[in-house]
Amino acid sequence: MTAMSPVLRVRGLHKSFVMHAQGHLALPVLRDVALDVSPGECLALVGPSGAGKSTLLRSLYGNYRPQGGSIRVRHRADWVELVGAEPRVTLDVRRHTMGFVSQFLRVIPRVATVDVVAEPMLRLGASPDEARRRAEFLLGLLGIPERLWQLPPATFSGGEQQRVNIARSLIADYPVLLLDEPTASLDTANRDGVIDLIRARRKAGAAIVGIFHDVAVRDALATRLYPVELPGAST
Amino acid sequence: MTGPILSAKGVTKRFGSRIACRGVSFDLWPGEVLGVVGESGSGKTTLLNCLAGRLVPDEGRVAYETASIGTVDVHQLSEARRRLLARTEWGFVHQDAREGLRMGASAGANIGERLMAIGTRHYGEIRGKASDWLSRVEIDLDRLDDRPTAYSGGMRQRLQIARNLVSDPRLVFMDEPTGGLDVSVQARLLDLLRGLVDSFHLSAVLVTHDLGVARLLTHRLMVMQGGEVVEAGLTDQVLDDPQHAYTQMLVASILPV
Repeated sequence: MTAMSPVLRVRGLHKSFVMHAQGHLALPVLRDVALDVSPGECLALVGPSGAGKSTLLRSLYGNYRPQGGSIRVRHRADWVELVGAEPRVTLDVRRHTMGFVSQFLRVIPRVATVDVVAEPMLRLGASPDEARRRAEFLLGLLGIPERLWQLPPATFSGGEQQRVNIARSLIADYPVLLLDEPTASLDTANRDGVIDLIRARRKAGAAIVGIFHDVAVRDALATRLYPVELPGAST
Repeated sequence: MTGPILSAKGVTKRFGSRIACRGVSFDLWPGEVLGVVGESGSGKTTLLNCLAGRLVPDEGRVAYETASIGTVDVHQLSEARRRLLARTEWGFVHQDAREGLRMGASAGANIGERLMAIGTRHYGEIRGKASDWLSRVEIDLDRLDDRPTAYSGGMRQRLQIARNLVSDPRLVFMDEPTGGLDVSVQARLLDLLRGLVDSFHLSAVLVTHDLGVARLLTHRLMVMQGGEVVEAGLTDQVLDDPQHAYTQMLVASILPV
C-alpha cells in the first residue's frame, strides 16, 4: 500500500429518513455519495445547513444506517464494510480505527474528568498509568485547569465540556478521524490549541473528514473540500 | 474470535392462547451487553426468563457456551445442573431485590452463600471477600451483619449485585435493575454497574423500559413490541436513527430534561 492509497472508500451511499408518525413521510438526504480519503488528508464537508453534512458524517461512523451503498474502511490489515455491519464489527472499528468528535459530551455521572478522557486508551489495552499520564497531558494542552481533573465534567461550562470531549476523542491515535464542528463554542485561544492538535494528527497520517463552519478553522485544516447538497437541490 | 456465549433460535412462549414472545433469535458475543427494550407487556421479562432457563419455551432453543464443558442446550439440562450453572457461571439480578436475596440472612451471608456454592470453605476467606464486595458496591462495612430487611431499596439492589458478582460469573441477566429506585439512587447504581461490566468484561442481557439506562449500559439493543423483536442494532443506531414506527414512537416519547 502506498502512502496515498485511501483508507476510507464510500460508493453509492443512499440515506433517507422515513418518519412513520408523519404518514411515513420519506426524506431523502444522501443519494449516490462517493468519496475517498487517504492518510494525511482532511476532507471538509461544505454545504448549507440541512444539506446532509452531519448525516453523512454520522453514517460514516455507523451511527446512522444508510439504505444502500458501501462504506469501506481500512481496519487493521483488512477492508471492513460498515453498511449493514454486525454491531460487534462496528464497535471494533470504533475501538481501534475510527474516532468521532461531536459537539456534545455525553456525560457519565460521577466519573472524574481524567478518567473520562483516559477510558478509550484503557480499552485499547494501555496501562492505567500510561492512559492517565496521556489524559493529563491532553487536558493540560487544551487548557483545562488541573483543579478540575478529578471532578466529573457534568457541571463544566460548554467550552470546557467540549475540550474534554476532544481530549477523549484524540487520546487514541485513530487512523481515521471524523470531526463534527470540533471548535464550536470555543474561544480563540482554545480554538487554536484544538487546531494544532488536529493538524498534528493529520501530519502524522490520520485520514480526516470534518464539518467546520468557521472558515478560519477550515482553512487551517482542510486539504480538500467536498460539497454536500440535498438530492435534487441543484436541479 | 471465539463463538457466541449465548445463542437463541426462534424462542416462542405462550401463556394459554396468548403469545408472550415469538420467534426471538440472536447471538450474544463475549463482553457484549444486550439491552431488551419495549413497553410493559411487550414480552421482555418472559424472554429473559426463557433465556435463563427459568421458563421453558414452547418452541425454539437457547444454547450456552460453558466455561468447561462446551455448548449446552439450556432447556435440556437437568434441574440440578441448571441450578449449578445459575449459581456459578451466571448471575440474575431481579427488579425486586427481595426475589434475589435471602431476606432472613445477613448481608455477609447473602454474599458468602454464593461463594460456598462454588466450593469456598474457609470462613476467613468468605468474610474477607464479602467485605471486599460490600465496599465495591459502596455499602459501609459496619452493615455486614445486618439483614437486608434493614437496608434501603438502593442498598438492597447493590447487595443483590454483589451477591451475583462475587462468584465471578460470565453471563448476567438483569431485569429492570434500576426500576423503582429514586433518580439519584438510580444514577449511582448505573454508574456502579457500568464500571463492573467494564472491568469484569461481563456479557449481559439487560431488560429495561428506560431508554436512558439502555443508552448508558448496553452495546446493542433489541426493541420488542407485542412479543416480537421489531428492530435491533447498535444502541446508538437504534436510539439516534430509529427505523421502525414503534421505535420512533418510543424515542420520541422520552421527556427532555
